[in-house]
Amino acid sequence: MKILVVDDEEDVQPLFLQRFRKEIKSHEVEFDFAQSGEEALNYLKDKHSEVVLILSDINMPGMSGIELLTHIREDFPTPPPPVVMMITAYGDEENYKQAMDKGADDFLTKPLDFNLLKEKLKTL
Amino acid sequence: MTFFTYAALFLLAIRLRRAIKLSPITAKWNAPLYGIALSTIGIAFLLDDLLPNDEIEGLIIALLLLGVVEFLKREPDFKRFHVLINAHYPIIAAAILSNIVALISIKFYKKYDDYFQAAQLAAFGWIFLRVATSKKQQSELKRISERKDELELLVAQRTAEITKQRNELQETVKELQATQAQLIQQEKLASLGELTAGIAHEIQNPLNFVNNFSEVSMELIEEMEEEMAKGDMEEATAIANDIKQNLEKIRHHGKRADGIVKGMLQHSRASSNVKEPTNLNTIADEYFRLAYHGLRAKDKSFNADLVTNFDPDLPSINIVSQDVGRVLLNMFTNAFYAVHQKQKTIGGDFKPRVEVSTRTIKTPKGSDVEIIVKDNGSGIPDAIKDKIMQPFFTTKPAGEGTGLGLSLSYDIIVKAHKGHININSKEGEGSEFVVTLPVAS
Repeated sequence: MKILVVDDEEDVQPLFLQRFRKEIKSHEVEFDFAQSGEEALNYLKDKHSEVVLILSDINMPGMSGIELLTHIREDFPTPPPPVVMMITAYGDEENYKQAMDKGADDFLTKPLDFNLLKEKLKTL
Repeated sequence: MTFFTYAALFLLAIRLRRAIKLSPITAKWNAPLYGIALSTIGIAFLLDDLLPNDEIEGLIIALLLLGVVEFLKREPDFKRFHVLINAHYPIIAAAILSNIVALISIKFYKKYDDYFQAAQLAAFGWIFLRVATSKKQQSELKRISERKDELELLVAQRTAEITKQRNELQETVKELQATQAQLIQQEKLASLGELTAGIAHEIQNPLNFVNNFSEVSMELIEEMEEEMAKGDMEEATAIANDIKQNLEKIRHHGKRADGIVKGMLQHSRASSNVKEPTNLNTIADEYFRLAYHGLRAKDKSFNADLVTNFDPDLPSINIVSQDVGRVLLNMFTNAFYAVHQKQKTIGGDFKPRVEVSTRTIKTPKGSDVEIIVKDNGSGIPDAIKDKIMQPFFTTKPAGEGTGLGLSLSYDIIVKAHKGHININSKEGEGSEFVVTLPVAS
C-alpha cells in the first residue's frame, strides 16, 4: 500500500519511516513524501493510480492542505479516488468542517497518534 | 561782609549734616560736620577779638571755606552733593577778591564798595539758588531710583513666573516621557498577544518531534535488544545508528523550541538598548514565520505564499536585535494583514504573497544592509501615505491596532540605528517596505 505524506517539516520523513519500520520491512506499506502541495500535485500526476492514501498537513506555506485536497478531488476523480486524511495542529471545529466539506476522508490532529493511524490503516 | 562767608561755612556744614541724616554715612560724618558748624561760630568770635583788621579776617575765613570745600570734594561720601559744594566757589572768590582789593587800596575799595558787597551778597544768594536746584535734582534722582526699584520688582516677578512655567513644562515633558514608555510597553504586549497563537504553533511542532522521536527511540531500543538476543549484530548496529540520529533530532527540536521561548521573552522584555552583532537573516526568518502563524491562528482560512530571499553573505550588523525584530514583526504583520484584506475583498483566484529579501548595498561610506518586505496586498492609498508614520494612525478597526507600530519602527530604525525606511506602494497592487541599516553603526 503506497502512502504519500505531505508536510513542509522535513523531519516528518524519518519519523514515519521509523514508526512504520516493521510494516515497511514486511512490505505492508510504502512511503513517499512531498514537502508542499505543489510538489504533491506534481508527484500525483504520474503516480495517482499507485497511491492509496494521502496524508496531508493543512498548514503549509504556499498551497495549503485544503487547496491540495480540492485539487485532488477535482483532478483525480477516476475511481477509486485516493483516501485523503488531513492533519493539523489546529484541531478545531472550523478546520474540521472545512476539510470534510472539501472531501476529506478523515481528520487527524497533531501530535499524531501513530497507533490510532495504524488502526485506521487496517480498515482501509 | 565777612558775616556772609561765616554764614556760608556754617550753613554748608548744617545742610550737609541734615542731608546725610538716615543714610549709612551719618555715623561717620555727623560729628565732624557738627564740629565744623560749631567751630565756625567759635572762630568768628575768636578772630573778631584777635584781629582788628577785618580784611585779614575775611581773607582767612574765605581760605578756610575754600579748604573745607576742597576737602569735602575729595571725599567720595559727598559725591552726590557736588552741586551744593561747588556753589561755594563764587562766594570764596568774591570774598578773596574784595578783601585783597581792600588790603591793596582801601580808597579804591571804598569808592566801589557797593559793587563788592553786591557781589558777595549775590554769591551768597547763589548758594541758596543752587541748594534749591540740588534739592530738585535729589528728588528727581530719588524718583528715578524708586522707578528702578519698581522695574526690578516687576522683572523679578516675571522671572519667577517664567521659572514656574519652565518647571511646569519640565514636569509635563517628564510625564509625557513616562507615558511614551508605557505606550511602547503596551505596544510590545499587544504585538505579543498577536504572536501568542503563532508562538504556540511554533513551539508545538518541535515539541511533537521531541515526543515522537523519543517514543520511537524507545521502541527501537526494544527492537535492538531483540536483535542482540538473536545475535544479529548487524541489524542491532543499524538500529543503534537510527537511535543516535533520533537523539540528534530530539536535541535539534528541543533547541528550536528553546530559541522560540527565548525570543518571545526578549520581545516582551524592556529593551536593553545594547547593540550586538546580529545576523538579520535569522531574526527576519524567525519573525516571518511567527507573524504568519499568528495571523493564521486567528483566521484559519488565511493562507499565503511565503517567499524568502536571503543573501547568504549578509554581514553581521550591530543592532539592538529585539528592537529591530519588533520593526520586522510589525512590517510582516502589516504585509499579511494587507494581503488578507485583499483576499477577503476580491477572493477567487487571488494568491496572497509576501516576500522578504535581504541584500548588501555598497555605499561611498562603506556598506548598508537592506531588508525588503514586499506584499501583493491592498496597498496604501495616496491620501494616507503621509500619515502612516504618525503615532496613533491606524486603518484597522478600533481595538485591533494601536497605531504605534510604524511610528515606533521609525524611531527604532532612523533615530536609534541611523538607518532609514522607504515605502513604495500602489493602491490595489501592493506595498514594499525597505529598511536600510548601515553596516558600521
